[in-house]
Amino acid sequence: MWGIFEKAAKDNGLIAAFALVGLVMLVSGFISRKLTFGHVQGSAIAILIGLALAYVGGKISGGSKGLADIALFSGIGLMGGNMLRDFAIVATAFEVHPGEAKRAGWIGFVALLLGTVLPFLVGVCVARAFGYTDAVSLTTIGAGAVTYIVGPVTGTAIGASSEVMALSIATGVIKAIIVMVATPAAAKFMRLKTPRSAMVFGGLAGTVSGVSAGLAATDRKLVPYGALVATFHTGLGCLLGPSVLFFAVKAIFGN
Amino acid sequence: MVIYGTALLAFCHALGIVLGDLLGHALGMKTNVGGVGIAMLLLILLRLWLHKYGRLCATSESGVNYWGAIYIPVVVAMAMQQNVVSALHGGPMALLAAVGSVLVCGLFISFINRAEKPDSKTS
Repeated sequence: MWGIFEKAAKDNGLIAAFALVGLVMLVSGFISRKLTFGHVQGSAIAILIGLALAYVGGKISGGSKGLADIALFSGIGLMGGNMLRDFAIVATAFEVHPGEAKRAGWIGFVALLLGTVLPFLVGVCVARAFGYTDAVSLTTIGAGAVTYIVGPVTGTAIGASSEVMALSIATGVIKAIIVMVATPAAAKFMRLKTPRSAMVFGGLAGTVSGVSAGLAATDRKLVPYGALVATFHTGLGCLLGPSVLFFAVKAIFGN
Repeated sequence: MVIYGTALLAFCHALGIVLGDLLGHALGMKTNVGGVGIAMLLLILLRLWLHKYGRLCATSESGVNYWGAIYIPVVVAMAMQQNVVSALHGGPMALLAAVGSVLVCGLFISFINRAEKPDSKTS
């Protein structure tokens, strides 16, 4: 009986992965609504559950690819692999309206640049302080401090190890959760009142999930303005991370 | 047709990756440089261009929108295959980097927004 089940899951890996991830999303949505009363967005909880499952998978299999190393869940490797992930990220560019973005003016662009460079600098400094010396690891962790997408995209492009990639994603996920939870509390301090201020926030705070959840909990009207700039954030980070920022780190730290 | 949208997305993705590889080569690296970012810019530009000539129907667009909507689940699947076991050895580092960058960004947001002239809201 179990053999039949395992064979079905193995032969239909991607389908099994869709079902499993859907289930995880369902559970996280439930946790988000019932346990945190919507304060923590479902997607953030789902990512945390995913990382927890990766930990369990890594412990059981002893491999380096988390849950994907267990034969039953091998389809996760395809669904969350580079090809489909980048495909989905590129698709989000479709939601950007350049006309509205232009209205944000230069301040939105400045916020975007700052929102990429500042977290990157902090990430690189912290990584350096914790003993990483090679340019690839420093850049990957710095990029993870930008968003949890930019981290792995940059890491893959410049050939970082899976361990550093996981650290990079962990940094980005923790950052997104802090943004979600802390935004309503810090809204007054950050002067989050106008569409323009929401765009500045979207550019500097980064991750779409963090920005949209944080703004929704602060003032619902501000959500589209912040999310609009934030959708550019990942693209800019993915563009700068493996190129300009990597070269800069390489020039400063060598190798 | 739905496949037109997905094919447009695939075209932009593939072209972006190729251009990223070429850029990497031109810069003397063996890696892809900003391929995903270039692909996103291509998609934004192509969408504008197609809209201008009314060549993109809602059904075709849904072929792209589906993949945009599936991006969080894909990221969850990506999280499931990370090497968390070895990452946990550096736990405090991830926490410190995250808290540090949020604090620095929060200060800058506050600084920029305090400089905003109060005409847009109070007028």
